[in-house]
Formats: sequence, C-alpha cells, structure tokens
Amino acid sequence: MATKPSVNPTPSQIADLTMMTVKPRSLWVDAWYRLIRNKAAVAGMIVIIFFLFVAIFANQLAPHNPLQTNAGKSFLPPAWMEVGPNGRPSDPAFFFGTDNLGRDVLSRTIYGARVSIVVGFLPTIVIVLVGSVVGLLAGYKGGQFDNILMRFTDVIYAFPDLLFFIIVMVTLRETFIGKLLNGLFLLFMALAIVNWVGFARVVRGQVLSLKEKEFIEAARCIGASDARIMFRHLLPNSLGPIIILSALTIPGMIITEAILGYLGLGLTPSTNPNDIFITSWGALMLDGQAAINAQPWLILPPAICVSLMVLAFTFLGDGLRDALDPRLQGTQ
Amino acid sequence: MTSTEVLLQVRDLVKHFPIMRGTLIQRQVGAVRAVDGVSFDVFHGETLGLVGESGCGKSTTGRAILQLYRPTSGSVIFEGVDLVGLKGEDLRKMRRRMQMIFQDPYASLNPRMTVGQIIGEPLIIHGIADRKEAQERAEELLRLVGLNPAYTNRYPHEFSGGQRQRVGVARALALQPAFIVCDEPISALDVSVQAQVVNLLEDLQAQMGLTYLFIAHDLSMVRHISNRIAVMYLGVVVELADRHELYNHPLHPYTQALLSAVPIPDPVIEARRQRIILKGDVPSPINPPSGCRFRTRCPLADTICAEQRPEFREVAPGHWVACHMV
Repeated sequence: MATKPSVNPTPSQIADLTMMTVKPRSLWVDAWYRLIRNKAAVAGMIVIIFFLFVAIFANQLAPHNPLQTNAGKSFLPPAWMEVGPNGRPSDPAFFFGTDNLGRDVLSRTIYGARVSIVVGFLPTIVIVLVGSVVGLLAGYKGGQFDNILMRFTDVIYAFPDLLFFIIVMVTLRETFIGKLLNGLFLLFMALAIVNWVGFARVVRGQVLSLKEKEFIEAARCIGASDARIMFRHLLPNSLGPIIILSALTIPGMIITEAILGYLGLGLTPSTNPNDIFITSWGALMLDGQAAINAQPWLILPPAICVSLMVLAFTFLGDGLRDALDPRLQGTQ
Repeated sequence: MTSTEVLLQVRDLVKHFPIMRGTLIQRQVGAVRAVDGVSFDVFHGETLGLVGESGCGKSTTGRAILQLYRPTSGSVIFEGVDLVGLKGEDLRKMRRRMQMIFQDPYASLNPRMTVGQIIGEPLIIHGIADRKEAQERAEELLRLVGLNPAYTNRYPHEFSGGQRQRVGVARALALQPAFIVCDEPISALDVSVQAQVVNLLEDLQAQMGLTYLFIAHDLSMVRHISNRIAVMYLGVVVELADRHELYNHPLHPYTQALLSAVPIPDPVIEARRQRIILKGDVPSPINPPSGCRFRTRCPLADTICAEQRPEFREVAPGHWVACHMV
C-alpha cells in the first residue's frame, strides 16, 4: 500500500484525521462515563461517601460521648417531640433522644457507621483477593485441580451461613482471636470464609469463557507465561464482574453484621471510649427492639441507616453492572 | 523467491481431542480425530495455502504446528528442531521464530490493552526490549503495517476490523519470525478490506523474506497468494501441488469437486461451467470412514477404497495425491 501524493485525501487519511481529533479512551474510562450518567448510581455513591465521611470523623461529628450515661435523662424523646410517651420533655441537646441509660442515640448511631463501613469493605477485600486467585487458577489450569477446588467450594456453599457464623462466634468468642477488635476480627474471618466461594465461581466461569478467546491463544503464541496470561490478560478482562459482585456483596456483609449484632453475636459493645469500634447498628437495633412501641427513636435511626447503606451499595452495584457490561443495560 | 530449502517439515501429524464422560471420575469414551496423519514440507520463502471446508482440521493443523495444541503424535521439524515435546524455555525460544495471525480481529486483541502494549508485549516477554524501547518499536511496526504510529495509545475497540487485523500482523512481526501461520486472516473482513490485507501480507513477505502457511477456504484468494496449495478433507491432506498444477490438473476427486464450485467471472464460461455436486455430508471426525476418508462421497469409489488407506504419493514432480484411482 504505497501512499501516493494526491490532492484528495485517501479514505485512510480521512480515518486518521477523524481519529486524531478523538482522545484515546480505555474501556475503563468509557465505563466511568456511563456510570456517572446513571442517577441512581451517583446517588448511591454520594450516600456511601457521606457514610464514609461520618465513619472517619465520628469523633468530631458526634455531639456527645456515645458511652456517657446521663442520670435522670433516660428515654428522652427526639428533639422534634415535645413530650415523650413516658411524660419526659425532649432535650434539644439530644437530637434523636436517649436510650435506657441516657446515652445519646445520634452519637451512638454515628459511631455505629464505622462498624458497618469496615465490615462492608475489609472482608470484601479479602474475599476478592482469595476468590479471584482461586477462580483464576481453577478456570485456567482446569482438570483435576479445578475439580478439587470446585468440590471444596461446593462444600462451603452447602453449609448454612448463619449457622456457621453462630457456631464460630459462640465458640471462639472468649479466645484471643475472638477478642481482637472487639470481636470484629473474628466476624471478618467468618464472613470471608463463607463468601469467597461465590467469587471464585464467578471468576472461574469468566475465565473459562475468556481462555478460549483468540487473544489468550495469541498470548501463548508470543510466549507469555501462565502467570502472565492469568494476571495480565485474564484478570483485567474478568475485573468487570468482580467489581460488580464486590459492590453487591458489601450490602450482604452489612446486613449479616446487623443480624449478628441483633442476635448479640456481633461486635462486643465496648465501654472504653478510646476504642475505634464502640457499637454497631445491629447492636443498637437489639437495644431498641425491646421498647419498639414506646420508644421507636431507639431502633429507627440505626435501621434507616442500614437500609440506606444497603440501598446505596445496591444502586451502585447495578450502575456498575450497566456501565461495565453495556450489553446487559436495560435488563433487570 | 522460493527456494527448495525446507523450513518446516511436518510428518504424520496427529491431533485427537479426547471426549470425556463422567463428572468426578472421567474416562475417555472417544476422540475427535481433527488431524489424522498429515505430512508436508514448507519451503523457505514460499506461501503454502491450506484449503478445505470448515471442520476439516486446517486450523487445528496450524495450531498443532505452533504447539498451541500439543500434537497427539507425529513430528514438526522447524529449522532442524522437532517441536513436538519441546517444553518450557526451549519452546519459548522457538516461538520467536514462528508466529500466528488470527482469524477474528475482534477476538484476537486484548480489549484492556493499548495497541502499543499489544504489539510491544512479545518484545518485553522475550527480554528484547524494555518498556520504552517496546513502545518505540511498536510505533515502527505500526508504520510498517500501514497504520499511523501515533495510534499506540489507542485501544482495539477504537479501530475497524481491517485496522485491527493490521495490528494483529504487527504483533506477529514484532519478534521478526521466519514463519507465520495465517489462520484465515481475511475471512472475517469486508471484501474491500480483504485485498488490502492480502497485499500487505505479500509486501511484508517480499520485504522480510517471510514464509507463510496460509489457511483459508476462499479458493480464489488462496490461488492468488499461494505458491503451492494443500487440500485437506476430514483430517488428512488429499492433494498437494503447485498452484497452477492444482488448478489446471486437479487429480483427486475431492479437489476436482472443490474447484468446480469456484465461480468464474465471465458469464460465457460461467454458463458452461460443470459443477460436481457431492452427495451427502462430511462424515463425523469422531468415527471417520475406513480406508479412504472420502470414499463415502466419492464418485469413483471402489472396494479397495474401503479396505486400504490410500498412500500420499508423488505422482508427478511436486504433485502429491492420496487416491487409489489416480
């Protein structure tokens, strides 16, 4: 194809000109633009950032010490009610009212955000790492290795989650591991053990379909090692489903923590004001449910916060799915 | 252009894909005999066309030569080294000398890598260049295949099919190989773009002294680009000859039927063209016919065809055919 000098540009020159005026965009950048056009996903992101901010700056934001009891000020109604069901007047200093020991509900809810944020992210990071590596290996190596790994995941999958959490939390609570981070470390481990299985399966499925593609064959042809094929070619192309699944796993973690907290099996409520994790929304709901009819301000703030957070992550996850896999757009 | 120096020697190449049954304990219940005893030579600097209908094992042959599929048996001797059974670093060294251009330009480029990374990757893998040198080399290669060198930071989805195929060619050329398997490199392209890519491949061959194994099912395109042509049917090569010889004096009944299907761009001759219509379908490669693979559809078939597998023999200088009736 010799390029002849001519007055009229050749089609390839026209193509060049149109291409030079457009900035190069990776698929990730394209996905980001699709994501920020999705209103629900943006709303979800804003809510998540808001809670992240609240969790990080809980010390500064909380109007009271969440552990400080106020004698004679128990069960105060929220600030917008003049008189509570027990006849006590509200106190503007306690916006969401107080609990049975006179502790500020707003401050406790603010501190509770920390546990939910951490419980949402930390185990997810662990399971993404473990699940992706296991899924990559199983999908790429195949054969007996795949068979053994997948049967092992079947066993974990078949075990009832909640029963597993209860057994682990009850039996290991009083041990050294059980006391790390007020019991949160144990909770993270239990959540990670149960949930990495789903990730491994998704990644494996993705790898199984990808490894038949010609670009993987091309990588083998140019002499790429197995590790290079797995981490440079297969993993980046499986990241879409991994990101989507992560965003959709986080609300499950938050709910599980709330359920376990509500059962009294989550975080051990702290009495040390220097602890990072003092209480969780699940524990607050447990406190509140005893008086749900007379003092609903106890259970409502943590319950609403859990719902908001879960909805936010779900919207973000849906938005990510549409953005990263445009073929699925519109399908629910 | 072509010499008689043999670059690649394929002997009795066999690739069977096992069919496994059972969930936990798997056992082999059969095999797809995709390639079943293929032998041919490829000479230095020539283009050997490999034609046949879909499913006849031509792509499998190409991949088995490059060891992308490990052959079941047989030998592939390339520059004096038998590639079958070669492993690890030894195989990796040989990969520098032989590359592949793929059929589907939409599937053969990693969508998450820039064109520069794709073309430069072979250089980095083989330790020939660092990241910066690979980038510079990628620009040179883009220029060589007729693309703007400023495209290195673009992603594959920003290109058209023909442009992507050029990127695939540039990647194959990055390691300066001696031999390239072109696996239907133009089948997925627009007719107008096909000619451009074929011309590019021919120009590159003349410039760099490349040797091609050109796999295709478009007979007129194969005739245009190849020096010699091998015809495959159901996992075996039935005829191999110089292109003029093959098109003018096809000996094997399958080759005759195949060539009779090519339309002639002249209405007078086209009207007189006699087509040989084969009866039935291609038999399953899981359970191929005994003796000659083609006997079930062959107009000349006799009893010997069911009993003995025809020998692939040289009936005229450079003209090989596997048929009892020739």
